[in-house]
Formats: sequence, C-alpha cells, structure tokens
Amino acid sequence: MGLSRNVSLWTGLRYKGQGPYLTFILHRVGGLGMGIFVTIHILASFLGGEGGVLVNSIYENWMFQIFIFFCALFHAINGLRITLLDLFPKLIEHEHEAIWIEWAVFLPTFGIAVLAIVTTALGG
Amino acid sequence: MNHSKTRQLSLAKRGMTFEILMWYFTRLSALAMYALILFGLIGGLIMGARNQMNFADVMRWAFMPNVTHVQSTDVPDITPWASAFWKSAASALLLLAVAHGVHGLVVIADDYIASAGGRKIVRLLSIVMMLSMMAIGLYILWTS
Repeated sequence: MGLSRNVSLWTGLRYKGQGPYLTFILHRVGGLGMGIFVTIHILASFLGGEGGVLVNSIYENWMFQIFIFFCALFHAINGLRITLLDLFPKLIEHEHEAIWIEWAVFLPTFGIAVLAIVTTALGG
Repeated sequence: MNHSKTRQLSLAKRGMTFEILMWYFTRLSALAMYALILFGLIGGLIMGARNQMNFADVMRWAFMPNVTHVQSTDVPDITPWASAFWKSAASALLLLAVAHGVHGLVVIADDYIASAGGRKIVRLLSIVMMLSMMAIGLYILWTS
C-alpha cells in the first residue's frame, strides 16, 4: 500500500520545505476546509429541520467565518499564483518572489476582513 | 547536484490523457470562478452594500449568489435578485466548484492510496459524490 515510507515521522515533521511547502499545506487545508464546509452546508440546507438550523447557526458564528474566510481567500490567492505560473511556465523561476507577493496581497486583505468581521460581531 | 535535462515532449506525443485534461480544467475553472465571484461581488455591492448589507452578507452573495444568502439583510426587496439570471450564475459557480473540488479530493487521495484497485474505488466514489452534490445543489438553487 501507499503508506510505507522510507523516512520516519520525525524526519517528515522536520522537513524544511519553507515557503513553497507552507503554501502547499495551506492550499490543502483551505481546499479541504471549504470542501467539507460546503458539503455539510448544502446537505444541511437540503435536509433542513432542527439539525440543519443548528449547523447553519454554527456557520454564522464570527469565529467560524474567520476560519472559512481564511480557507477561501488563501486558496483563491494561492490558486491564482499556481495558475499564472503554470500557464506561463517561464515565470516559475520567480516562484519565491511570487509567493512573497502572494503574502503581501493575502495578509492585508485577510487582516481587514478579520477586522470587519470582529467589529461587526463585538460591536453589534 | 544532478542537473538532468527536462523532457520536452509535444502534447501530441504525450497524448491528451484524462489527467492532463483535468490539470487544465483545475486551472481554467479557477479563473472562471474568479470571474463569477468578482461578478457576484459587484452584484452584492449594487444590491445594498452602502447601508443595507454588512461585510458577511456581501461575501455570502459573492461566493454564492443564492437569494437565501441575503434574506436577513435590510435590502427592501430581494425578489429581483432571485431571477433566472442570478440562478444561472449561481448554478455555473456550483458546477465549476463541485467539479474542481471533487477532483482536488481525488488528487489528495492519490497521495495516500497507491494501489490500482484503491484508486479505482476513490474515482468511483468521487463520481457518485460529484453527481449527487451537483443535483442537490441545483435543486436548492432553483427551488429557493
């Protein structure tokens, strides 16, 4: 089976993939987060009832909104970087610079969104 | 350092396999979803971002322009936003997102499941899941 590996778990955890590896992991976390959220949300809306209302009230909570907006925004911005570098392969030389630009776009955008979500939640 | 020369084969020699097709689909559907979400964002701003919707309402509409997403806002009349036009935009976004997402799950599963039989089961389950989520999503969009 596919799970036999020739490195130990500890070696795997110490893998220094740096910037590109971090975006790879966060892209998967964001994609899985959105996939699981959207699936449960669609099923809850479809089935309705008390369970559906409970699930959707969790999704309206401001802390969950911050999490799901992180998933969506990071996946979108990182996905655009992947798309542009893949469709114009000569740009792959500048992958590290592209990842820095990506953070420069992501952090202020996500920051102002968190500010808006938190002030709405706490200020009424 | 081992500097091996990269293989440069034309698409005709490599052959247009299903995996290559999905590689393109993943990237092109990302661009299409960007267009649809920006379109939805503009719609949300027109609908009432000035003083009738909060940030979360606008985002909910941008990421899925379904009329139930804006029913708790102060927009006086949301019926024009339940039009077939917006339902079509929402349907396009739904179909693209489900196909893009389910293929993404298959890519992740392939990193952990290497046997041919296991991969076949993953593909079969993913097709069932994709078609059922598309059907349920379309049902919700066109009946809400």
